[in-house]
Amino acid sequence: MSISQPRHIALAGNPNCGKTSLFNQLTGSRQKVGNYAGVTVERKVGFFNTPRNTPIRVLDLPGAYSLSSTSPDEDITRDICLGRHPAEQQPDLLIGVIAASNLRLHLRFLLELKQIGRPVIVALNMMDEAEKAGLTIDVEGLSAALDMPVIPIVSLHKQGIAPLLAQLDAEITPPSPLPENTNFHVEVRRLIEEFVKQPATPRERLTDQLDRWTLHPVFGPLILLGILFIMFQTVFAWAQPIMDALGNGLNALGAWLLAPLPDGMLHSLLADGVVAGAGTVVVFLPQILILFLWIITLEESGYLPRAAFLLDRVMAMAGLSGRSFIPLLSSFACAIPGIMAARTIQNPRDRLVTILIAPLMTCSARLPVYTLLIGAFVPRHTVLGFMNLQGLVLFGLYAAAIISGIIAARIMTHGVASQEHPLLLELPPYRRPLLRSVALGLWQRAVMFLSRVGTIIVSLNVLLWGLSSFPLPPAHAAGAAIDYSIAGRIGHLMQPIFAPLGFNWQICVALIPGLAAREVAISSLATVYAIGTTDDDAGDKLLPILSSQWSMATAFALLAWYVYAPQCISTLAVMRRETRSLKVVLGAAAYLFGLAYLAAFLTHYITLKTL
Amino acid sequence: MQTLATLPKDHEAIIADVTSVTNTDVIALRLGELGFVPGERVEVIATGPFGHEPIAVRLGTSRFALRHSEAARIHLQDPK
Repeated sequence: MSISQPRHIALAGNPNCGKTSLFNQLTGSRQKVGNYAGVTVERKVGFFNTPRNTPIRVLDLPGAYSLSSTSPDEDITRDICLGRHPAEQQPDLLIGVIAASNLRLHLRFLLELKQIGRPVIVALNMMDEAEKAGLTIDVEGLSAALDMPVIPIVSLHKQGIAPLLAQLDAEITPPSPLPENTNFHVEVRRLIEEFVKQPATPRERLTDQLDRWTLHPVFGPLILLGILFIMFQTVFAWAQPIMDALGNGLNALGAWLLAPLPDGMLHSLLADGVVAGAGTVVVFLPQILILFLWIITLEESGYLPRAAFLLDRVMAMAGLSGRSFIPLLSSFACAIPGIMAARTIQNPRDRLVTILIAPLMTCSARLPVYTLLIGAFVPRHTVLGFMNLQGLVLFGLYAAAIISGIIAARIMTHGVASQEHPLLLELPPYRRPLLRSVALGLWQRAVMFLSRVGTIIVSLNVLLWGLSSFPLPPAHAAGAAIDYSIAGRIGHLMQPIFAPLGFNWQICVALIPGLAAREVAISSLATVYAIGTTDDDAGDKLLPILSSQWSMATAFALLAWYVYAPQCISTLAVMRRETRSLKVVLGAAAYLFGLAYLAAFLTHYITLKTL
Repeated sequence: MQTLATLPKDHEAIIADVTSVTNTDVIALRLGELGFVPGERVEVIATGPFGHEPIAVRLGTSRFALRHSEAARIHLQDPK
């Protein structure tokens, strides 16, 4: 059987073999990221044409160490490779990606791919690293011994991509499989002995030198703490000037667009509902992108598993393992991918607990709320000469959330018997993050954020504008018009429940649409205050309005509320899908709302007493 | 016999055997797939900041983080 025009191909390989950067090189921005039906393992499909114009659809399979899988990610890879997946056809051709610098580990999986009986092209990646380590590889000999074409590439620099593409146009037959009971380890050793020349005294690799510091029992944790600290300082300090400029620009744009409109209903709808609402949220784009820049860079550089190594014992205090650290860290960007990433945890109890505490990790949607309130109530002092007090408070909010998460996990895992939970984590070599991959990741985030603004946030604000504007007040009414509206009445009805927390009725109104997405609470406040005052530009002046109308205790209580409250419905929906249990979701919502109420109550009370 | 869990930091040894603690020990199976097989050389390159756990092990050109209970499955040859 030979296939001259493969249309469906798949990239398979170990984690950290550079599969994804090869995928990015092949497809550029022509890729779609989604999930496999029924499960939430990420599914990446891309499209490109070969030099002879054969259209190719390429699947980036989840990284796997073997086809005898131990996690849901690896299940997908195995099922697709073997043609057992219900929704995805078996690829016509596989590209087996292996790192030249780590053949001992990667060749073994390649041999498993060889046994499948489909044509395989071997992308021998990271040739530059192998060269640096002093390895010489007899590529032709290896190719003949494997009975598969082997193309040396450096996926980070597009090197070798052209020959790889050309190979896709060539006719390829499946390799003849190894005899049934071959010991793959012995075979791998034989291949390396025969075709790879290593220097007599192996050069010390950069990774080993770096690990001496980053895994050091004293310096390691200090470096980790330093990185996290700088990360949060930059999220606040670097973003501020860009956000200010963006905010001023948006205000000017809004004013210019609305200037020709006469005062009236339509003007109010556009100014208070759309511009005030969307504008207050769009401003936070730079901050969210800086946060993602850090997370993507840390991920690409190979540092994250080191952090998991250092924090394994801390996670053990919470009854979990270092493996839970990575899903929890990505929850700082957004709890949704975090909850999904928990799929890589094999132990079912650890996975459930990780999912339950993921919403406590401060997601980027809370940043707008935090930033606004910190900006309005915390002075911009410099502490100890180099730290910014506002950044420090932000760091404190994150720390409070993390400590609460550890305590919550401890309570949840207390006394629950469980099988052994393995750590068993590969510490990949350090790599310089590829600018292109980082840019692509940031671009995808920006599009996602802005389309959220364009859809959910604006429509909720328009709805809220309607609820806050109608019914119109009677002709000779005293007080603000919003008091007579539906939203105003709901807010006043809710207010007694939240009065012990120091929340006024405007906050109560904003909490409802804030359920759809946390940052909507901010745009809702802007809308409510814009309608509530006669001042037309209240949207631009939310910050001064808050600092003059709210007490310090109210602001801090709202901050405390947002540390815990499970405000975002999508998180609960993903939780439901991941755990397949409504009971778990209701339990999670109850415990998070309970904590939020308690924390806000205590904060309000303590601030009142001490200030 | 010494196991990888008791090998001190910066020491090297050769794997004698990987034992399963249950009939279907997925952890032992996975260790084998990662290359922890008899005859391979392992070195402890770092130990965790608290209680010397977990340990970071170099195996050829790869590095892995293991907890003591995982490393205890890996028995080492006695130094000659």
